[in-house]
Amino acid sequence: MLNIESTAIEARDNLISQKVATLPPSGIRKFFDLLSSMEDIISLGIGEPDFVTPWHIREAGTYSLEKGYTMYTSNSGMPELRQELTSYLELHYGISYHPEHEILVTTGSSEGLDLALRAIINPGDEVIIPDPCYVAYPADIILAGGVPILIPTNEENNFVVRATDIEARITKQTKAILVGYPANPTGAVMSKKESRAISELAKKHDLLVISDEIYARLVYGDEHICFPSLPMMRECTILISGLSKSHAMTGWRIGYVAAERRFIQALTKIHQYTMLSAPTIAQMAAIEALRNGEAEVQKMVQEYNRRRRFMVKRLNEIGLPCFEPKGAFYAFPSIKATGMSSEEFAEKLLLEEKVAVVPGTAFGACGEGFVRCCYATSLSNIEEALRRMGRFIRKNRLTT
Amino acid sequence: MKEIFEILEQHARATPEQISTMVDKPVSEVEQIIKQAEKDRTILKYRTIIDWSKLGQEDVWALIEVRVTPQRDVGFDAIAERIYQFPEVYSAYLVSGTYELAMLVRGKHMQEISSFVTEKLAPLEQVQSTVTHFLLKRYKENGETFHLLKEANRRLPITP
Ligand SMILES: Cc1ncc(COP(=O)(O)O)c(C=O)c1O
Repeated sequence: MLNIESTAIEARDNLISQKVATLPPSGIRKFFDLLSSMEDIISLGIGEPDFVTPWHIREAGTYSLEKGYTMYTSNSGMPELRQELTSYLELHYGISYHPEHEILVTTGSSEGLDLALRAIINPGDEVIIPDPCYVAYPADIILAGGVPILIPTNEENNFVVRATDIEARITKQTKAILVGYPANPTGAVMSKKESRAISELAKKHDLLVISDEIYARLVYGDEHICFPSLPMMRECTILISGLSKSHAMTGWRIGYVAAERRFIQALTKIHQYTMLSAPTIAQMAAIEALRNGEAEVQKMVQEYNRRRRFMVKRLNEIGLPCFEPKGAFYAFPSIKATGMSSEEFAEKLLLEEKVAVVPGTAFGACGEGFVRCCYATSLSNIEEALRRMGRFIRKNRLTT
Repeated sequence: MKEIFEILEQHARATPEQISTMVDKPVSEVEQIIKQAEKDRTILKYRTIIDWSKLGQEDVWALIEVRVTPQRDVGFDAIAERIYQFPEVYSAYLVSGTYELAMLVRGKHMQEISSFVTEKLAPLEQVQSTVTHFLLKRYKENGETFHLLKEANRRLPITP
């Protein structure tokens, strides 16, 4: 469980809300401060593409500035963009949404996630999430007044939450299940069977599903299963996604939510007061990305796949067993052979070999014994980082 | 199979072992494909793109437009071969438009290129005229840009 008290801000400040004061700081942030003071580091700790946004998309952004598109757009996003988004979802996942009533353009999928949680949670409502998971999930739930219920996952279940484990934790307070596959930090994907089981559970207990599919395009091998496309799931799923990872557009801050009208209306209510509209230039660039970006997406996916195979093989070779990540751009090797905790490992590796990885515990207690290595970096960086890690392991392996 | 060549085109120093991991094929098969490609000249050469200006040893380059008269039976091929055999010629193309042959010529200094043009190229019987454009700055070559921001300047060292 998330231990809020132990990591809370020490000096209670009456001017800061209790909820915020007691919110644990991101485990990644802590590491960031250590890192910023060092030089010549190879970082496998970056959770974003190393590719710059493809030129034709950047050019569309520039052009929109030249044309003077510097004003707010409609709250729900430019109509052309919502139209493109619905075609895109239809094309890739065979699921259709109404561009006018069932799509909301957001400032990154981060905003979509926050809106979805705030729109559905009453004080004390429980939201089920996997452990380990993306750092924002538990925090966003707490900020929305809910209670995160963490379901442990591990290598044996491929880091995918099992329906039976979820069912055991369902109470009268349970409101929703929040899943995010392909997953950050593990690279796990959810199989058809696994997602079916969760969908049946959601139906049985009348639960909402929030599905964060930001990494949906980055899958290697099995086709991505879009959660709302499962039988009877469209009506109870809020789909969160964006262009950050697929089109290498993290800095543009553009995302979207797709769901039935009543949900989109509720989310839009918050969005119109807190955000007004997503950045206009980014919306114009996103239209171009969706219309003409497919070839570039596939090129990037192919490149990630090569690096993925390379990194996973090398990790296993140097003695850090790694289950096969089939999505996103993360590998999540076990470091148990060193006997160190994840934090110790990450810190020591950084100081001794100048390689940055993220301790698994930054993503939840069940991340203990693992570190997250991102392969969205050049092949030569991966090669050199793994060489250094190999040397580190030879020095630090337990010899019993 | 195409993927093996795509990797090599970007990364000539990739070893068969590395490539085999990246494309998920046995090393022996990758080696076989590469060996065959070297033999049948699908792979012509492994080259390195160097920014010589960093070493203060930049060559002089010129783009030369050549107008030539085609010859019976062999068209432009014979005269093209006559010209591209000169070591000064770095690249040579037959092009459509107002002239026929486009040449990228490389020399140690301007003098070297101008004497190539006046003494070797222009006097050839089939050559009607030439236009020489000296290159002032190299922006991009073989898909690589010469002046790019380093990755470190763009991305934060650690993000969620
Ligand atoms: C699982 C997951 N969801 C959402 C996000 C947020 O992405 P954005 O707000 O750029 O769309 C990230 C970013 O790292 C992520 O890893």
